[in-house]
Amino acid sequence: MNILQFTGVIAFGSFLAGFLGSITGLGGGVVIVPLLALALGVDVRYAVGASLVSVIATSSGAAAAYVKEGFSNVRIGIFLEMATSAGALIGAFLATRLPVSAIGVIFGLVLLYSAYQAISMKSEQSLSLHSSDRLAVRLKMEGTYPGEEGPVKYHVRSVPQGFGLMAVAGTLSGLLGIGSGAIKVIAMDQIMGIPFKVSTATSNFMIGVTAAASAGIYLSRGYIDPGLAMPVTLGVLAGSALGARFLTTARTPVLRRIFSAAISILALEMIYNSLTGRL
Amino acid sequence: MTPESNDLAVEKMDIVVGNLLRAGVVLSGAIVFIGAIVYLARHGMEMPSYHAFRGEPYDLRTVRGILADAFAPRGRGIIQLGLLLLIATPVARVAYLIYAFARQRDRLYALVALTVLLLLVYGLVGDRV
Repeated sequence: MNILQFTGVIAFGSFLAGFLGSITGLGGGVVIVPLLALALGVDVRYAVGASLVSVIATSSGAAAAYVKEGFSNVRIGIFLEMATSAGALIGAFLATRLPVSAIGVIFGLVLLYSAYQAISMKSEQSLSLHSSDRLAVRLKMEGTYPGEEGPVKYHVRSVPQGFGLMAVAGTLSGLLGIGSGAIKVIAMDQIMGIPFKVSTATSNFMIGVTAAASAGIYLSRGYIDPGLAMPVTLGVLAGSALGARFLTTARTPVLRRIFSAAISILALEMIYNSLTGRL
Repeated sequence: MTPESNDLAVEKMDIVVGNLLRAGVVLSGAIVFIGAIVYLARHGMEMPSYHAFRGEPYDLRTVRGILADAFAPRGRGIIQLGLLLLIATPVARVAYLIYAFARQRDRLYALVALTVLLLLVYGLVGDRV
């Protein structure tokens, strides 16, 4: 396989990754690292570098569309980004000090739990019935999203708990070069009681900022290779553009099922590779 | 400020942010694409070697080195310039939010956005050990 064919295979895989990452809020990293490391035998450090860039591409590419649709909440996003960005810096520094296999196992277990949580979740209606915390009201986090019969108002609760989990999400993002979209969506959807579509769109919006915090560190350490990151970035951009169009028509239960299946696969891959010493 | 006019201001801000992100992505995507054509035309028939990690050469790790390579012009340098721009897109978005919140006289959120910007700048330039 020469560089031209190699580039083509990566671009196609990345297109699928971008589509999946965009409609679920997971980011492209879910499929990029396994594709590069397992299927193509690329060293995991290059894979992580390329994945990190693809995560930014997915976020920025899809966020442009999400923002116009009115699903994402800028205030919630920027507030929680304080936690994710600080976490991402800590994660990038930790990456050089912790054994990657230990990180992989812990992360895989966290994701398996997330998948279980996402399946056993209550319906969207019961979630939007709760009232807002005083802190959330003071931080002007309440908002509306476009529903079938005009704008639907939603409330926000448990800001400190959500903020704490966001710091964990940021740390894992900086450690593994992924968007940690799964954990971001759980922090907003399940802990803070924000509707799933708003959580997904805001998460997608936040992922790019989180990844940018650690991307500079990865670039200066030589983890970002242009020959790999190029097909990944272009493929992911095309895929996420298509995925953003799909979100407004897809129904929430379908999204949630796709979301759960995707993070389960990710979790098993992480654990398997860590235990066999391939991560 | 009435709740209605505040909502309108937020909505307008959201649209500007969306356009900013789209412009950054389109521009960096175009630069990466041009770099890809140069790179693949020159090296497409060679064999890839990513099995062992060597780290990127020094000129692809720093802003100055990337700029020098991109204007040489070398395909990998042009691609790396596009990637650098892509990394800068969310940073620009956060910088814009500081301005947008300040204009709405929302001091708390202007400060929140500034905190995020400082963390991002630290990640980009602070790690030069």
